[in-house]
Amino acid sequence: MASLLIIKNLKVNIENKPILKGVNLQVPVGKVVALMGKNGSGKSTLSHVLMGSPEYKVVGGSVSLGGKNILHLSADERARLGIFLAFQYPYEIPGLSVYHFLQTAVQAVRGKKFNIEKFKQELKVAMSDLKLSENFLQRGLNEGFSGGEKKRMEILQLKLLRPRLAILDETDSGLDIDALKLVAVNVKKMVKQKMSVLVITHYQRLLNFLPPDQVHIMHEGRIVQSGQGSLVKKLEQQGYDWLERKN
Amino acid sequence: MSPVKNISINPAKYYFRDNHRPILRAPKGLNADVVKLISAQKKEPAWLLEMRLRALKIFLEKPLPTWGANLSKIDFSDIYYYIRPAQERGLTWQDVPEKIKKTFDRLGIPQAERKFLAGVGAQYESEMIYHSLKDKWSKLGVIFADMSEAPVKYPDLVKKYFGKIVPSKDNKFAALNSAVWSGGSFIYVPRGVKVEIPLQAYFRINAAGMGQFERTLIIADEGSSVHYIEGCTAPMYSRDSLHAAVVELVALKGAHIRYTTIQNWSHNVYNLVTKRAWAEEEAVVEWIDGNLGSKVTMKYPCVILKGRKSRAEIISVAFANSNQHQDAGSKVIHLAPETSSNVIAKSIAKGNGRTTYRGLVQVDKRANKAKVKVKCDALLIDRQSRSDTYPTMRIDNDNVTIEHEATVAKIGEQQLYYLNSRGLDTETAERLIVSGFFEVFARELPMEYALELNRLIALEMEGSVG
Repeated sequence: MASLLIIKNLKVNIENKPILKGVNLQVPVGKVVALMGKNGSGKSTLSHVLMGSPEYKVVGGSVSLGGKNILHLSADERARLGIFLAFQYPYEIPGLSVYHFLQTAVQAVRGKKFNIEKFKQELKVAMSDLKLSENFLQRGLNEGFSGGEKKRMEILQLKLLRPRLAILDETDSGLDIDALKLVAVNVKKMVKQKMSVLVITHYQRLLNFLPPDQVHIMHEGRIVQSGQGSLVKKLEQQGYDWLERKN
Repeated sequence: MSPVKNISINPAKYYFRDNHRPILRAPKGLNADVVKLISAQKKEPAWLLEMRLRALKIFLEKPLPTWGANLSKIDFSDIYYYIRPAQERGLTWQDVPEKIKKTFDRLGIPQAERKFLAGVGAQYESEMIYHSLKDKWSKLGVIFADMSEAPVKYPDLVKKYFGKIVPSKDNKFAALNSAVWSGGSFIYVPRGVKVEIPLQAYFRINAAGMGQFERTLIIADEGSSVHYIEGCTAPMYSRDSLHAAVVELVALKGAHIRYTTIQNWSHNVYNLVTKRAWAEEEAVVEWIDGNLGSKVTMKYPCVILKGRKSRAEIISVAFANSNQHQDAGSKVIHLAPETSSNVIAKSIAKGNGRTTYRGLVQVDKRANKAKVKVKCDALLIDRQSRSDTYPTMRIDNDNVTIEHEATVAKIGEQQLYYLNSRGLDTETAERLIVSGFFEVFARELPMEYALELNRLIALEMEGSVG
């Protein structure tokens, strides 16, 4: 099984304090991989390091996407290469209309292949898929949106940008069960078209609707347990405590 | 480089110069002879010449204001106070001298007139070289004229209001304008007439060391409405130029005046303008004021709410790039009951650019149940840029509602990262954040001007990264 994303012995510091202490992880093409762990285990840090946040300093290891080393690339270059991060806390950009933002972003990512009429058509369909009213298009990006609206807006961007790798960072928080199902259905559709997914989550809720092919558990900056989807069940029954006892 | 190329950016669009030769140029410097020469050129009535000479005296007596931007480098003896570019004013663009016509063609004025304007005035140096109002509006009695011809053609209206809203003694630059003014627009909208599409005037300085001193008076009679738009540009010179205009608005009972400015002077122009409006009972006055260009701007559009239930809206944006100081703001004076005002001021400073918000809200004891709302937001692009806020409130009535809010923010690293993560490079991301910040202003503009504003912002934001 070919891996799209390969992380080898990744070490990351914040202010000289090690946060990721040698992470090894692979995400195969067209598969869903779950990364679970308690708050503060380093899983959100990993998602931002993969996206290229300037806040973190990589001190060792390598990350490649489709065989191409990406650690020297900026966030926008990684996005254009096909990485997408659905933020846990999306930022507000007051006055920047959702429509203008989406069009500019999709145009930047698709480059010469961008076609405005096709984009408008896709946008219409994608919004209807996510049960988002077209009124959102004229509003400021995430400006005054509820938590759930922000999360659906992230998935709308995911659908339009069509990345090779989608990282979902705690996308389930703030979503009710119907919205959760809606997100899962839409992501699954994209997985069928060979998108790879790294789901980062504390809970099992989203995974009930988006069953992972592989599960990894992170603890204090390291992957401490890996397994099949059944690992989720075990966590559900025993909580994270058994890991701590084990380690 | 930006991957998004849907905006064409070219500073040469505004800052070019032509080599048109004027037919008359007063000698450099300011004295009574220059004032008399200007007055004689316009064959003015005696009372106006007297007013000019009194104003000259006031100008020479008043000290340079030191409470705002630095004006100490202005050399008043090194300025041309009057340049007449052509013998006659054109009624069609064909009548305008070829080189000047080309300049306005490049600025897109005749095209805009055809597409969406009710009338156009074009001022070049000291004179309106073109003025035209579509038949539909002149038939309804609307007057849209060169201010220089108004004292002779419309003496009653001019005598009644000219210099009454902004007296010569108001400030040093109002006095200067009152002494040497030339050109500008005179507008009268008859009772009940609503001019649905905008009138526009465009002001162009071409010569180096030029002083432009146009004067505008707009009178909206009872129940009428009008939207006036002004734009302005100049070529880039190493020598400084001076623009000191006076604008007076009179909104009679139930009238509505909207006055929109997109100021894009080149970065060698001192822009020192006095703008003030009277609003009678139930009248509405809106100043939509955008300041992007100039070296120094000092401008505080004012509304005096004289009549019951009159209303003021002042929405302004200022963009100060390196070596620019935008000292701008607003004034609202509530003199009558149930008057209301809404002030929104947004400013952006970049490089070593500096923005200052200076605002006054005054509520008289007669102004029962007045409502005041002031919101000013400043955005700093980098570490060298600077922004200051000086809001003044003088409230002499207890029965009023007042809301005031002020924020200063830096462009957030996290906002930039968020947009980067969607494939947008940092330059594009900054531009989107800045346009978003100004959106509350842009949405007040006709579409063509909103697009122009975005182009200007893109121009100012160019090369901000790295």
